[in-house]
Amino acid sequence: MNATTNVSTATQSLSISQRMIAGSLALLLGLTLLVGTGFAGDFRLHNGAHDTRHAMGFPCH
Amino acid sequence: MIMIRNLFAAAIFAALAAGLLTAAIQHFRVTPLILHAETFEGEGGGHSHGEAAADHVDAAGTADHSHDAVALTAEDEAEEWAPADGFERTAYTTLATVLAAAGFALVIGAVSMFSGIPITFANGFLWGIAGFVAFSLAPAYGLAPELPGMPAADVLPRQIWWVGTALATGAAWLLLAKTRAGWAFAVAAALVVIPHIIGAPGAPDEPSAVPAHLATEFAAITLGTSLVFWLVLGTLFGKLNDVFARNRVAVPAGATA
Repeated sequence: MNATTNVSTATQSLSISQRMIAGSLALLLGLTLLVGTGFAGDFRLHNGAHDTRHAMGFPCH
Repeated sequence: MIMIRNLFAAAIFAALAAGLLTAAIQHFRVTPLILHAETFEGEGGGHSHGEAAADHVDAAGTADHSHDAVALTAEDEAEEWAPADGFERTAYTTLATVLAAAGFALVIGAVSMFSGIPITFANGFLWGIAGFVAFSLAPAYGLAPELPGMPAADVLPRQIWWVGTALATGAAWLLLAKTRAGWAFAVAAALVVIPHIIGAPGAPDEPSAVPAHLATEFAAITLGTSLVFWLVLGTLFGKLNDVFARNRVAVPAGATA
């Protein structure tokens, strides 16, 4: 519980702009990774990630 | 800067652990079903392995083109790169699973930053459940986990429906996490239900050579594996956030935690 209190304090002490910058960077990189592994039509990406796409429930084929 | 670094470090380490665990489960329980299903691929008018190969088969469409799995596999290898079965294929699947895990971790990290709701050890499993429902269960409700060789609608409409459903379901979670007002429950319920009223692009009603028991086993195992993945990812992400935040608070204050 102590740890939770610390984190909440830490998160709330961050300025809005800091959170927006961190969030935007994370979102950009995260979506790039998801598109590359789960959605890209390029056959190299498709075939390399083929079993992962089926296993994670991404639409495939 | 430190907090950006902490967010990324927590996301990446949690994704690495959750992704490797998931890849191990996939290796032993999921991939064997995919490989088994691929031996039936092409027998029952199902989709062929790659789009380029499919074009080729359609264009060539001559009588001497046997549609058995062996010929199709050979064609694939001749026409487009694919990892070789065995170690190479396992390595690529492991890599792809870890990268997808990192993608999911960074996306929920971004949601946490934008919404101001921290991911902690205490609430990490709730983030995991939310991620599972938004990214696995809700899409699977319309687009059941699918084995190679099973009939399915075109990829693009399915991808659009998948993304829309994940976004709407995720938005419902976020709304309820921020407010429990009466209207919020109504809006959240609408967000969850509307994609299913619109309906996922349906599979053509054609026979599949993939045995039903393989397909049902695959659906159950992939959903179960996704649940494990999300619970581990959320909990670990939260734990690492706690650890990094404690260090960050402790160092400048000179406190001994």
